[in-house]
Amino acid sequence: MKIHEYQAKELLAKFGVPVLRGQLALDADATAKAFTALGAKVAVVKAQVHAGGRGKAGGVKLVKSADEARKAAAGMFAKPLVTHQTGPEGAKVRKVWVEEGCEIARELYVGVVLDRAARLPVLMVSSEGGVEIEEVAARNPEKILREWFDPLQGLAGYQARRIALKVGLAGDAFKAAVPLLQALCRAFLEKDCAMVEVNPLVVTKQGGLIALDAKVAFDGNGLFRHKDVVAYRDKDEEDARESAASEHGLSWVSLDGNVGCMVNGAGLAMATMDAIKLAGGFPANFLDVGGGATKDQVCAAFKLILKDPKVKAVLVNIFGGIAKCDVIAGGILAAAKEVHLTVPLVVRLEGTNVELGRKMLDESGMKILTATTIDTAAKAVVKAAQGGKA
Amino acid sequence: MSILVGKSTRVICQGITGEAGKFHTTKAIEYGTQMVGGVTPGKGGTELDLGVGKVPVFDSVAQAVEKTGANASVIYVPAAFAADAILEAIDARLPLVICITEGIPVNDMAKVHRVLARSNTRLVGPNCPGVITPGAFAEGEHKTGCKIGIMPGYIHRPGTIGVVSRSGTLTYEAVWQLTQLGLGQSTCVGIGGDPLPGTNFVDVLRMFQDDPGTEGIVMIGEIGGTAEEEAAHFIEAHVTKPVVGFIAGQSAPSGKRMGHAGAIIAGGKGTAAEKMKVLKKAGVKMVLNPAKLGIAMKELLDAGH
Repeated sequence: MKIHEYQAKELLAKFGVPVLRGQLALDADATAKAFTALGAKVAVVKAQVHAGGRGKAGGVKLVKSADEARKAAAGMFAKPLVTHQTGPEGAKVRKVWVEEGCEIARELYVGVVLDRAARLPVLMVSSEGGVEIEEVAARNPEKILREWFDPLQGLAGYQARRIALKVGLAGDAFKAAVPLLQALCRAFLEKDCAMVEVNPLVVTKQGGLIALDAKVAFDGNGLFRHKDVVAYRDKDEEDARESAASEHGLSWVSLDGNVGCMVNGAGLAMATMDAIKLAGGFPANFLDVGGGATKDQVCAAFKLILKDPKVKAVLVNIFGGIAKCDVIAGGILAAAKEVHLTVPLVVRLEGTNVELGRKMLDESGMKILTATTIDTAAKAVVKAAQGGKA
Repeated sequence: MSILVGKSTRVICQGITGEAGKFHTTKAIEYGTQMVGGVTPGKGGTELDLGVGKVPVFDSVAQAVEKTGANASVIYVPAAFAADAILEAIDARLPLVICITEGIPVNDMAKVHRVLARSNTRLVGPNCPGVITPGAFAEGEHKTGCKIGIMPGYIHRPGTIGVVSRSGTLTYEAVWQLTQLGLGQSTCVGIGGDPLPGTNFVDVLRMFQDDPGTEGIVMIGEIGGTAEEEAAHFIEAHVTKPVVGFIAGQSAPSGKRMGHAGAIIAGGKGTAAEKMKVLKKAGVKMVLNPAKLGIAMKELLDAGH
């Protein structure tokens, strides 16, 4: 789960990470008022969307008066923000964060993620702050310093000092860096984060450290023990169908194609998408109905697929293990009754109670194309989606 | 022959009184698995009647091991308590722990790995279908196999193909293809789709290579992480048996999480194309089409690889 920059800063501040004063604004007038209330000579208006690359896309503006703040915000609210992470349709800006300015002497990159290969969380610090860390990693991998830490103990003081010295911090900035780096690692562990990133972490001309930007993402599996984090959820920023699917315990990802997919198991779902692509088609979604799918879940999944106007044909591929084929068939039939099915449907059932499931579909009187392998099912559904009779 | 589990495996089930624990313990007994006990804290001293057999329930793993001589555990405990269940099994010095539970916070697993690394326990999973060594099959009878996990038993046949996979249902798909072509399996291992699995491809490939009962290997990977790349290096250096491979997620877009916590392409790394390239270079026969896994294995064996 992702959260906004202003929320990430609020969260990190609770762990002792120094951030600048700021205010949230929901329209242009409120942005002007926020500027005045901050009482700073210079402020920065920052679009709050769940995507990176805002600066280059015009989502971050330096302003020196209330009027400039109003104009900057009005521009951001007027049209979707298109960054390299949003896709060409861009992201609608609903909130801006107005923050006082500061005098920057130096910019660093700081990030905490899980290193899967090492099976440990790792703190990364780079002197190349303010830019895309992937670019640094590709161009100058030696410029990213790493400190792996024990999840049972957190980042030790000596580790924080070691990496701070290596990146060339000295004096007050060095002293401030040690608790700051430890706080970021503590936040990562205590809040079950998937990522904590401060880019840039700035050294001010006064020698202090400030988290000028902050990005925090959470491990969805850890959310059950963090009510405060769940409260940060902004459904406006999420794909409506992905949210609806998750409420039914389904795993959904919206894609661009025209073949709707319903599969049990993430691996089989991906493999089915691959087979569709091999057959010359394009999947409209990834949908995993899970190992023990119920009739209601199948029904809900089916409705979600058919809500997408792009969908020209649907493929159901179920390998029944815990999920029984007759249950899946029942869900399909129930959904088809409720929703008027106008697109071709290809079903491939295999596994537990397969005969019963196939019989239910055959006897339903519905126009269902059945297939026995992934391959033939994918070919049939692609042909159907392209307008040919399968 | 087989790896990890077999006739001498004596299994306890952690979380046996839960719905999943009860259901799959019943199925395991039907398949021939020696289910010698169960653990549910607070319900020790009782006996669970599953219809196909009675299983004693204990309050702790240590008690269960002491009383039953168990040498393996399967975990169906809910995600919030699963890491603790794994730690308890490690503490009881069980040589094999198979964790089926999905949705365990990754930080919990990072902590488990610190303890696991200092132990002699092998952990398989979490978020996996389990491990099965298929038994002799007769219509309506499955009595000699060892099935630990949630896979449907009847799709398997005893034989000489080792299967290792990060996926659940996609593994069943591959197994079913093999079975229909008359290729039985020595052992099928689901290593799970999580970012921090207890057992990796390399661990299982080493065991299959050393197992005289395994003649060919089917390996099913997914996008995300570098486990397949590590497997490729290992295969190139150490595996002489024929290997067929498939990577799920060739069509997945970057930056989207595809159900499994592990299946995400980040920063251009962990793509299907990259994994397929290195595995091919290591001598693995890669199939683009998941429907061709079985036939590819058959062709390799028929060619007298």
